[in-house]
Amino acid sequence: MQAIEIKNLSFIYSKGTPFEQKALDDINLSVAEGELVGVVGATGSGKSTLIQHLNGLIRVQDKKRASIVVDGMDTSSKKTLRKLRFTVGMVFQYPEYQLFADTVEKDVAFGPKNMKLGAEEINARVRRALDVVGLDYDTFATRSPFDLSGGEKRRVAIAGVIAMQPRILVLDEPVAGLDPAGRAEILDLIGKLKREVSPTVIIVSHSMDDMAQIADRIVALSHGKIVADGSPREVFGKRELVEAAGLELPTATRVADKLIARGVPVKPDVITMAELADELARLKGAKEADNV
Amino acid sequence: MFRDVAFGQYYPTDSAVHRLDARVKLLLTIAYVVSIFFVKGYFGFMVAAALLILTVIVARLPIASVLKSVRGILLIVVIGALLNLFLIKDGDVIAEWGVIVITKKGVHTTIKMVLRLILLISGASLLPLTTTPVELADGLESLMSPLKLIRVPVRDIAMIMSIALRFIPTLFEETTKIMNAQKARGAAIDTGNVFRRIGAMLSVLIPLFISSFRRADELAFALDARCYNATDRRTKMKKMRLRWADAVATVVALAFFTVILLDKYYFGTVGIDIDAMIFGGLL
Repeated sequence: MQAIEIKNLSFIYSKGTPFEQKALDDINLSVAEGELVGVVGATGSGKSTLIQHLNGLIRVQDKKRASIVVDGMDTSSKKTLRKLRFTVGMVFQYPEYQLFADTVEKDVAFGPKNMKLGAEEINARVRRALDVVGLDYDTFATRSPFDLSGGEKRRVAIAGVIAMQPRILVLDEPVAGLDPAGRAEILDLIGKLKREVSPTVIIVSHSMDDMAQIADRIVALSHGKIVADGSPREVFGKRELVEAAGLELPTATRVADKLIARGVPVKPDVITMAELADELARLKGAKEADNV
Repeated sequence: MFRDVAFGQYYPTDSAVHRLDARVKLLLTIAYVVSIFFVKGYFGFMVAAALLILTVIVARLPIASVLKSVRGILLIVVIGALLNLFLIKDGDVIAEWGVIVITKKGVHTTIKMVLRLILLISGASLLPLTTTPVELADGLESLMSPLKLIRVPVRDIAMIMSIALRFIPTLFEETTKIMNAQKARGAAIDTGNVFRRIGAMLSVLIPLFISSFRRADELAFALDARCYNATDRRTKMKKMRLRWADAVATVVALAFFTVILLDKYYFGTVGIDIDAMIFGGLL
């Protein structure tokens, strides 16, 4: 079953005024359950507008032409709106700015409470969510979220979404503003969340390195249109297309290109640092073997 | 949804009116509003309406954008009109049902009051429609600069005004973001009943306050780091300069003001047989 099915979706901001701006232009996209999709694109390419359609935060403008079905629910239906919000967990950019309660426990419980679950179930979910994001319940539950460090705040905010146990998890620039160690931790966490809580994950990012590393599939947007859709290796293989969309290639791919230009015979389709390192090790091994 | 609010009323068409100096526009708007109060007869109203329509045409504004501001005071206009119509009891009676008496004077006063209010509001609305908030703040600062002599901190007031204006769209954006984040966690902001909605608003207001304080802090640091207030005289990147168009606009406005005053004090209102126009059908 398709987790997400988007048909002919267009969206125009400030329709009918001089500020009119086309954000999405005839998007067709389906995401299968269990996929980890990276949505990439330059600023203003329509990424955020697209993902906000998934849980009905932005309504489909032209209902006659366009439709979005998520987990069997039509997103323009008012009846299933609440259920939709709990099915699609959304972690926005800088999620720590959404923290509001006086304790970590209450903040994480906000979602489950809105689902009108029983007290026991809520407590169980809060414990599980904090555990998954790697925060100890007994240490953190009673602390104020505003006293935590930046990385801890972000984990609490992610736990607040995870506690709703959404089938689909959408993350908007989840590693923005973090140091390299923090980035690696959150990227690992996303893999764990996919395995343990939400089987389908969509990540919006402009870090091609991160996407090359973790995504199964990459969807590139440019000026509201999908310009590339495929595995990271396929998408990053189309060099001109990626650059025309205002995006960079992954660092490893760029290094490989430079090496090839200087006559080092690495494979041109490396996309992660690990692959590049393997390639170089292989070449070194081959050279040593030659010398023997 | 806030995207439209964030820009205020400003309606960009880059017309001659838009390009006028903000200070001139401010003063002329005040003059127009004041002159509306001097209008006495229907001739004056015609002239005032003609000037308004002329400005709207030159500014290439859609008439709907001007009328939108009138819609806001529609209720006041209707109530005021009804009170005037039924409570003025002197003059020739033209209709009478028991206690309800309508007189000629009542009808005239009512029509004039409605015209006055509509002209007043639509005239005043032309300023924000054709001037960006930043230009307005700069214009006010420039006009208030004589107050520096009596030690009014004009520059600081202007700075506060510009910062406030600058942050209106930012705060709207921030509110939308936080609201979306909480809605995504099932907060009943757009789905529950009134009481649940108010409760859910807390989850928006607290983060909003925290981020406002954070922003204020950051801005203060940024101002400090750029040595704001270290020098006495700050210069402007965009200098306001009067142009020929400003002189033309002023002359038109002065001519208009003269006509209104002459009509009121000298000619004793140019006679138009308005009674025949209004009551001709009735009587």
